[in-house]
Amino acid sequence: MTTTLAGSGVLELLDYPFMQRALLSAVLIGLAAPAVGIYLVQRRQALMGDGIGHVALTGVALGFLLNASPVWMAVAVSAVGAVAMELLRASGRARGDVALAMLFYGGMAGGVMIVNLAPGGSTANLTSYLWGSVTTVSPADITAIMVLSALVLLVTLGLRRQLFAVCQDEEFARVTGLPVRALNLLLAVTAAATVTVAMRVVGLLLVSALMVIPVVAAQQLTRGFAATLALAVGFGVTVSVAGTTTSYYADVPPGATIVLLAIGVFALVSLLALPLARRRAPAGGTPAGGAGATTHPAGTEASSAAAHRP
Amino acid sequence: MEREAEPVIGLDEVSAELGGRPVLRGVSLTVGRGEVVALLGANGSGKSTAVRAVVGQVPVTEGRLTLFGTPVRRFSDWSRVGYVPQRSTAAGGVPATVREVVAAGRLARRRLRPMRRADREAIDLAIERVGLAERAGEPVDALSGGQHQRVLIARALTVEPELLVMDEPLAGVDLDSQRVLAETLRSQVEGGASVLLVLHELGPLAPLIDRAVVLGHGRVERTVDSPSRLPEDSHPCHPADALEPSAEPSLQTGIL
Repeated sequence: MTTTLAGSGVLELLDYPFMQRALLSAVLIGLAAPAVGIYLVQRRQALMGDGIGHVALTGVALGFLLNASPVWMAVAVSAVGAVAMELLRASGRARGDVALAMLFYGGMAGGVMIVNLAPGGSTANLTSYLWGSVTTVSPADITAIMVLSALVLLVTLGLRRQLFAVCQDEEFARVTGLPVRALNLLLAVTAAATVTVAMRVVGLLLVSALMVIPVVAAQQLTRGFAATLALAVGFGVTVSVAGTTTSYYADVPPGATIVLLAIGVFALVSLLALPLARRRAPAGGTPAGGAGATTHPAGTEASSAAAHRP
Repeated sequence: MEREAEPVIGLDEVSAELGGRPVLRGVSLTVGRGEVVALLGANGSGKSTAVRAVVGQVPVTEGRLTLFGTPVRRFSDWSRVGYVPQRSTAAGGVPATVREVVAAGRLARRRLRPMRRADREAIDLAIERVGLAERAGEPVDALSGGQHQRVLIARALTVEPELLVMDEPLAGVDLDSQRVLAETLRSQVEGGASVLLVLHELGPLAPLIDRAVVLGHGRVERTVDSPSRLPEDSHPCHPADALEPSAEPSLQTGIL
């Protein structure tokens, strides 16, 4: 495949309908995954996407068993799983982490069990869902991916102030009268939709990486939430399109390529951000920008405090 | 109308629990319109729980708690209340600018609708009031403790609240920020706002406070109608505060 394309324009890969679908889904995944992931990272739930991915496997397998669309079944089952995770988190139970473990591994084991019960099914059917594949995005999948990612972007961008407030300081958000519980559940369902959007190309086991890594890469260069969101989405689209294209030419799995590229971006950004981080190292009583430049603010405060004491 | 007669905050024999442990055991207190009431007491006396019950975040198990005459459970007019929670040292996972954090306060008026120009102006004004206009674009993690506290106060001011509820606004706050805080609070009170705040000691806010309520073991131990009459044993927590005489000399510390 690569040899026949050698020498022709890069855009030629767009002549193949399956690549058109793969690239379109790559763009949508690159947009949607970090847009949801930023809220999970903010709330220190960076691994929630991974948990949803495990649960979604049961949905995919149910699709095989019931002869229904694996994508829509995965949406349904992972949405239920995500809501369960959110309810556990909100209840603040001390044993919440153990319950989460049950949910994750139950989802995974359920998927393997159910797909083997399906007529003619075996774990081989799950492989493309676990690791992603460019060639398997069907026309029906692309419809689902487009609808779901539109919803995901509508929620994550349209309600960004509200979701930011809820993830940043939940108690304060409740006192402002925001429907905090509903917003949390909406975010959970949105995360589940994102996992299923991304699973065809990136794979269920690697979905979470695309939700988290572009965000942590971006936040090393940014000072605010909106800027982090914009840059993370930029990184997300870049790595998922570049990864999908590379996967086509080099004949390597797209999910792994995308994730390794994302980690590469993270490493590069970390190096670039080193001088930046040094300049604004968070310091106890020292105002921003004070460290390194001067040491006087803390000193002045202390001495003026002493001077004002009777 | 009838609301005018009602206290802004009314607690009548209020009890509350945290994790099954009784924390408030029949607390009664009121905050009238334009009044500034301080809650004092040792750690674990129930100050924070009382304040969190007032803003509906701790359920009342017994007694009656009203906000503007409405039982807190049915109260929904949260844009009249500015809440300043205890400052947490835990940083969020993603950076946020001063302006972004302050803007969240305005959601009490906008709820799920988008922000308008008037909202943006109110946010800018609130940041200006606490003297952080020049730092509006900086990440909150880079601020000192006192500046961070000012951000939380600005967030509460974005709704132009009739009632301010503050939990330990002076904890870990440098002198410069104490001065800004006292100044801000005074202008709010002059504008007619009522205030309920938790303090470890009256400190620089003493001249503003109409009544101090001392809690102990979830009960009201005593109520003092003027901060200057509060006895010396009102739990000063920093050695420096013990040096400050309670009444007039505190006016000469350069704080107010």
